[in-house]
Amino acid sequence: MSEKRFYQPDIETAAYEKMYALQTERLAWAVKHAYDNIPAYREKMKAKGVEPGDVQSPEDLHKLPFLSKDDLRDAYPYGYLALPLSECVRIQSTSGTTGKRVVAFYNQHDIDLWDECCARAIVAAGGSNEDVVHVSYGYGLFTGGPGLNGGSHKVGSLTLPMSSGNTERQIQFMTDLGSTILCCTPSYAAFLAESIQEAGKRDEIKLKAGIFGAEAWSEEMRRDIERNLGIKAYDIYGLTEISGPGVSFECEEQTGMHVNEDHFIPEIIDPDTEEVLPLGSKGELVFTCITKQAFPLLRYRTRDICILTRDECSCGRTLIKMHKPMGRSDDMLIIRGVNVFPSQIETVLMNAGYPANYLIIVDRVNHTDTFEVQVEMTDEMFSDEVKLIEAREKDLLTRMRAMLGISPKVTLVNPRSIARSEGKAVRVIDNRKI
Amino acid sequence: MTIEQLSIFVENQPGRLAEITGILAGADIDLRAMSIADTADFGILRIIVSDTEKALHTLKNAGCAVSVTKVLAVGLTDEPGSLAKVIRVLSDNGVSVEYLYAFITRKEGSAYVIFRVEDTDKAEAIFAMHGVATAGKEEIYAI
Repeated sequence: MSEKRFYQPDIETAAYEKMYALQTERLAWAVKHAYDNIPAYREKMKAKGVEPGDVQSPEDLHKLPFLSKDDLRDAYPYGYLALPLSECVRIQSTSGTTGKRVVAFYNQHDIDLWDECCARAIVAAGGSNEDVVHVSYGYGLFTGGPGLNGGSHKVGSLTLPMSSGNTERQIQFMTDLGSTILCCTPSYAAFLAESIQEAGKRDEIKLKAGIFGAEAWSEEMRRDIERNLGIKAYDIYGLTEISGPGVSFECEEQTGMHVNEDHFIPEIIDPDTEEVLPLGSKGELVFTCITKQAFPLLRYRTRDICILTRDECSCGRTLIKMHKPMGRSDDMLIIRGVNVFPSQIETVLMNAGYPANYLIIVDRVNHTDTFEVQVEMTDEMFSDEVKLIEAREKDLLTRMRAMLGISPKVTLVNPRSIARSEGKAVRVIDNRKI
Repeated sequence: MTIEQLSIFVENQPGRLAEITGILAGADIDLRAMSIADTADFGILRIIVSDTEKALHTLKNAGCAVSVTKVLAVGLTDEPGSLAKVIRVLSDNGVSVEYLYAFITRKEGSAYVIFRVEDTDKAEAIFAMHGVATAGKEEIYAI
């Protein structure tokens, strides 16, 4: 059995000076590439009085304008595309439809670098060509499935493209084909662990590791999953705008995720003043893509609140580490791995004729997110007939599912019973302890 | 003749029904008949009261979702088969019943059934044609 500890040791264990030189060279290219090929970004740079030549090294990053999800949405779909479509080979998209949709483009080079980032994560979790990598992330527009699938191919592991759902089949394949590394959301991992336990198949599974991401999870949840599945559980982080999973990944030390900074330079800023903060400070995470060709976002604001550290890691990697995100600087919720903005719910309610007064209640029960939306009944929507109300309720659910990609439990409450906004309305009660 | 029924939305929360009946009691409103339909998520309280306008106003002021529906009240003699006969008349003439509920009165041997049908006008005409008497509001409110 090959005992490979790193997928790309020369990068993953590079001395800081070497990494800095690489970043410097690549950043100069990326800034010029974006400036030459993305008119919207060129305008932003001009408005800030910055020329590509002003950005000589990572120290100059602060001179560049930021990009936000709103910028991408405003320029939907092609506004931040830097290559002709004929050179692109893939589209992925963030969850959520109207309003907050972001589509990301990839050419083959971008797919390869993304796959390599995921390959680093798989190798860090002990993966090799001897492994059977069981990918239960969704396949499709969501980057989870395609990312880990590509990474697993690069490593040379036998890849099981299970996608999400159908738990019985997941367990059958897992036992019959001897899956050794499981990739999915942590809540699905916890659910699978329970189902395996219930089916009495705990002794038949060969899992040794899991790579879990796309939603926040606690240390306590990690220990539960590790104990129940008899594995070591590794965190992975990413976002579609930057590429997908594998922007950063955890090593055996389990004390934060190594950022693939040869592709994505991270910064921490104060979300209000937009000042860059020193290493070790808590603030909003910002990424600059320095190698991507089709969709090369510079200084993209993730809205994730986090800390960066560059301490020596026992795994031998020198890549900068990011703490598990500690929250958001906007109102986005991540529910069962899906991004949910309260404004999306508001849009659905208004389109369906309900008052835009609602309350989102999120909790985590047995490691699975619960998602309830309280909606006020109105005289117009009310009827003396159960079937009419139920039909309207169903219509509302269908609209919510179409908008969000997941189904909340809709609870109808009395008219005007949800507190009216006085200044900042409380729209979300998140009881999850993460 | 039709009478007016109030339907009130009941949230699926402990104490909601008590709250609504309390509101009615506070306004001195007498319940003549009532039924409750419930699903896993919510309930609908349907009532016939002594003063519909006042009850409607009071409930709305208290923040309830309320609707007024025209229903048919049919007086029945208290003997086997009397309800079956009335329902047969409707079904033979193609009128669907959405729901119904019955209540008995203090007068011995008499009961009423409240019908909510798909087409109230048609049902009324059919009842008239087949000699089924529908009670007016005076009759019901006077119970």
